[in-house]
Amino acid sequence: MSSAERAAGPQSEGFKIRWGDLAPFIALAMIVLLGVLINSNFMSGNNILNVMTRSAFIAIIGVGATFVIATGGLDLSVGSMMAFVTGIMIMAMNAMAPAIGVWAIPAGALVALVVGSLCGLMNGMIITVGRIEPFIVTLGTMGIFRAFITFMSDGGSLSIDRSLRSAYRPVYFGDFLGIPYPVLITIVIALVGAFLLYRTKYGRRVTAVGSNADVARFSGVHVGRVRTLAFVIQGFCVAVAAICYVPRLGAATPTTGQLWELQVITAVVIGGTLLRGGKAHIWGTVAGALILEIIANVMVLSDMVSEYLVAAVQGAIIIIAMLAHRFTKAR
Amino acid sequence: MKTRHQGVATLSAAVVAGLLAATAAQAQDKEFTIAVSIPAATHGWTGGVVYHAQEAEKQLEAAFPNIDVIVSTASSATAQVSSLEDLSATNELDALVILPFTSEELTGPVEQVASNGTFITVVDRGLADPSIQDLYVAGDNIAVGANTAKWLVDKLGGEGEIVVLRGIPTVIDDERIKGFRDVIDETDIEILDIQYANWNQDEAFTLMQDYLARYPNIDAVWANDDDMLLGVLEAVDEAGRDDIKYALGGNGMKQVIEMVKAGDERTPISTPYPPSMIASAMYMTAAQFAGQAPMRGSFKLDAPLITPENADQFYFPDSPF
Repeated sequence: MSSAERAAGPQSEGFKIRWGDLAPFIALAMIVLLGVLINSNFMSGNNILNVMTRSAFIAIIGVGATFVIATGGLDLSVGSMMAFVTGIMIMAMNAMAPAIGVWAIPAGALVALVVGSLCGLMNGMIITVGRIEPFIVTLGTMGIFRAFITFMSDGGSLSIDRSLRSAYRPVYFGDFLGIPYPVLITIVIALVGAFLLYRTKYGRRVTAVGSNADVARFSGVHVGRVRTLAFVIQGFCVAVAAICYVPRLGAATPTTGQLWELQVITAVVIGGTLLRGGKAHIWGTVAGALILEIIANVMVLSDMVSEYLVAAVQGAIIIIAMLAHRFTKAR
Repeated sequence: MKTRHQGVATLSAAVVAGLLAATAAQAQDKEFTIAVSIPAATHGWTGGVVYHAQEAEKQLEAAFPNIDVIVSTASSATAQVSSLEDLSATNELDALVILPFTSEELTGPVEQVASNGTFITVVDRGLADPSIQDLYVAGDNIAVGANTAKWLVDKLGGEGEIVVLRGIPTVIDDERIKGFRDVIDETDIEILDIQYANWNQDEAFTLMQDYLARYPNIDAVWANDDDMLLGVLEAVDEAGRDDIKYALGGNGMKQVIEMVKAGDERTPISTPYPPSMIASAMYMTAAQFAGQAPMRGSFKLDAPLITPENADQFYFPDSPF
């Protein structure tokens, strides 16, 4: 019930600074500060741009996950789905390249967006029509997508046609006015996501369904449709991430996107979205993705920890960030 | 309802009878059954293992009509134990060729199979109790590290600064790193940094970007595996860093062998840890039954440097790895 009250809160909060919402950004600032203190190279333009570009994947998928989690769902299949969509896109591009040359790139990207959305639709339909827990359904599709990419690549790697490589490379490595394209794409996706979530009827329904599905149903909200659409948005975001990902290494392998689902969920939760649904925070998710990437970066730039313990420190920092979050919200 | 039930019953009876007839026919002209249990294709190297196992199966069955080869893949140690149980429950196994997921967990189950009198060939990772195996075929991980290191020491004139990328914490990784370190420690070459990238292209790309940000000068990189090497090269090229004279991997991945063949300046060599060792093991096991060639003992594949001159011997264009 407390989540329902919280979701109904906006009118009472007015212009007050909401510390709870700022928590992820405070945590981000602290980790950046830590980085600066540890190594002077941390703030070098190249390093910062690299880290921001890399975090784009988790951030973009995270925007979609914010919708799913806000409705009270969970999608464990995103990492495998990313690999699967990447594989389909590469195969489509390679098939079209001889006929239409570099136009195969936008055409392949379109294929990816369609396939990604369909994957999301499939997850959503099984969950809502079949009335099965999202956790179980996406655990199943996680295995299915992972097996498909392994099958498609014969257990090796599926590379993009050489003739397309140089034309496609800038999508990951290029920039506009000094800002890398993946970062720009993240900003656009987050802006669209924020608009959808905070300014449309659909967005209000997302949090309403997540707070209390029964109340939402009695108020005339088509709960199944809202949930399904959240998974479609998730699938679309996965495809956008795949489009940014392919030019990076030019290949999909059975390990592509492995364990990303956990990173995505971590980013969303660090960002202030409630895991049980009802409260969503798009920009917090983006900050969460940055936090995860920067922690890893700072660990490599520091000498203090044995290579065997890096993961332990990363885990501890995530827990500390969540505790800090809890305490700022309690105020 | 009744008729449908009867229909189903007749149909299944027919299917079962057909299957029995088929197996009976098979059993008549196949005298020996060799089961091959390997990890599923979850990354490049195991993808290569699966490919070479399947190729060897075809070749062996064509060459020796009296030998039946069954290849079974498993996605985890537990799954491999189950598949061993299934294989030995449903077949009279004359031999088992196994590439164990993990040494400790598979030792008991393989011992169980051996107790039926099955000939046991262990590949790559050893079992905790070597007395179970009749034949052991493996690559030399220490040599993979050491031979790469020796080449590097020679090229760098015994001094310089390098970074290393590790795989997944396993015996294989430990051995390669040990072989490499033991050689490097004798020289004035400094290992600036060493971190895990889990034999993953993506993580290697990320880690290399961080290394490049941190160290203004790096003379060489050793990635311990060719999958990771590809990620490393991408990061180095993108940063436009020309201080890196050599970037080396190991394993004999197809793309990297192509680079060696083409005389690439930065990656002029590789070190094999060939997934085709599964095929070597299968052939040797078959010889035990088909030929007059008793096969007992340990067989360690060498890890000679792959150079432009001999690269053809290590190049399998049809393999996914």
